[in-house]
Amino acid sequence: MARRLERLDRGIKVRSDDVFALNSWREMLYIIAPRVLPVLLLLVLGLAATPYWQRVIMQACMIGLLAISWDLLASVGMVSLGQALFFGIGAYIAGILDHYAGLGPWLTIPIATVGGAALSTLLLLPVLRLRGIYFSMVTLIMPLMIERIIEATKIFGGTEGLSGLQPMPHALVEIIAAMAVVWVALFSFNRMMSSDYGLILKGINDNDRAVMSAGLNIYLYKAQALFLAAGVGAFAGAFVTHAYQFVGMPVFALDYSILPIAGAAVGGMGTMSGPLLGCFILVPLNELLRGLGGMRTVIYAVLLVVFTVGLPEGIFHFIKRKYTQFERWVEVEQ
Amino acid sequence: MLEGVLIYGFINSVLLVLVAMGFNLTFGISGVANFAYGALYIMAGFLCWGLLNSLGLPYWLAVAVSVAAIALLAGLLFRFVLLRVRGLVISEVIATFGVGLAILELFRYWGFIGFEYTLPVWLDASFDIGETVVDGQRLIMVAVGAGLTLFLWFFTRHSRIGRAFRGIAQDERTALTLGINADLTAAFAVAFGAGYAAMAALVILPLGTIAVNEGYNVLVNALAVCIVGGLGSTMGVIVAGFLIGYAQIFTATYGETHWMMIVSLAALLVILLVKPSGLFGKQKELEERI
Repeated sequence: MARRLERLDRGIKVRSDDVFALNSWREMLYIIAPRVLPVLLLLVLGLAATPYWQRVIMQACMIGLLAISWDLLASVGMVSLGQALFFGIGAYIAGILDHYAGLGPWLTIPIATVGGAALSTLLLLPVLRLRGIYFSMVTLIMPLMIERIIEATKIFGGTEGLSGLQPMPHALVEIIAAMAVVWVALFSFNRMMSSDYGLILKGINDNDRAVMSAGLNIYLYKAQALFLAAGVGAFAGAFVTHAYQFVGMPVFALDYSILPIAGAAVGGMGTMSGPLLGCFILVPLNELLRGLGGMRTVIYAVLLVVFTVGLPEGIFHFIKRKYTQFERWVEVEQ
Repeated sequence: MLEGVLIYGFINSVLLVLVAMGFNLTFGISGVANFAYGALYIMAGFLCWGLLNSLGLPYWLAVAVSVAAIALLAGLLFRFVLLRVRGLVISEVIATFGVGLAILELFRYWGFIGFEYTLPVWLDASFDIGETVVDGQRLIMVAVGAGLTLFLWFFTRHSRIGRAFRGIAQDERTALTLGINADLTAAFAVAFGAGYAAMAALVILPLGTIAVNEGYNVLVNALAVCIVGGLGSTMGVIVAGFLIGYAQIFTATYGETHWMMIVSLAALLVILLVKPSGLFGKQKELEERI
């Protein structure tokens, strides 16, 4: 007899899908636990860790933000190969404002977030009129070119960068702020994507002409999505600049483009939570494998290919499926 | 002065055309944007270097073997990686990008960095054109560039595989009904593009050292030329190559060398603003432009 694996939603999921039907603590816990537990777990880890590992968690949060930003763009049909563009622009704006004008992190980070988002959107505006791989190509080119331009023209410190910037007020403030922003970004973007507005964004990815024929200006929506995503990326850049008190050409390096994509591929694209999970796996792994040096990038690249081609589902979707569905073998007639 | 600028501008333009040709060919036919292009280019250089210095093969044999090996590798890449995600743009882009990155960074990790990684020039002589001195290798590069372009033109018009290339580029389904195996043809196209990359590498790399970072530069240059020219258009690549090539040399001579990179970026952004599908991007205009 041939068998096939049948998947069915768990009863508790079906009952608790509709908020009005919640009638027991168990059902409420079923909904709340997967959202609250990671937040608490990260908080405990972040506070209990040694200063060195606190830095790693902060870094994971920032790469996670870049991954969330990547996923938001990807779900509107724009596949970015250059998250380093957003990151670098945010980092440089914060660095310049601090170095030349002496504004502290409380001013530079918000300015860099909004300013970086606006600048990135402006730079990429011409590409929005095209679909397909144009966006990937241009986003891949831009950070590499900007890096070269800074190197050649020696503006903003040239190859040496700007150092001695003002640090974050306190290590504790730093880690808590990093976590808070990650969770706010994750939950608000997730909520946004399930609203009507998010539906339009997803529609642009699925069938842009259908959205156009509904009388909506898709360039406007794409630009808005780009602004939001670029803002998140620029924030990460500005934050890291102040945390390390340094900004230089490495902020445009490929590492910042490749890690978020690798995180998204490993964690599972399309949910925001997946890419974030992927980054929380990859960034600490990155630290543990520090001894391997340049081999790490090769490992990410291979992981990227293996997961996109062989296991496109990703870890998050796997966990989610196990949590919401049960599986059983049923016999089928041939 | 002007004469030298014109001559070196011409050489630089041919270099850009050579570098972009393979990428453009692959994309125009199979629709696969091969982001592993720069990695294959560098790999051809290192492979030829290895064949020359470790196995002691004669130069021409080493060149032939490297080109064939890179083409075969790209064909296998298509068969075992890209075919599984064909049509899924996100996955295609990420998979080729990941493969390219893995190859380049692996070379960096193995320590293929230094001045000893050079290929011998094909022709060790220099010629006077008017008052300008041009070395033999650059002239050979121009000749090879012209030869490869002409070959491509004849190949796509007067050979069975070449016509199948154009067939699936125009309409894959109709091509299928005429008995053209689209997957096989696309695999050929990817291999062919990689072969062009390898050829370009083997005539250009003797001018300098084989450096891992050059792989990224090659990819960036190829993308810039292809976008300005219009993806999938051979004429576009030639025109855009000359446009950017001359613009770069003019800025380097009359302005500052630093601004060479800005010229490409500016050309890219202006073209995207004025004519988003590129100078000659007609055939795919409807598909790519919304």
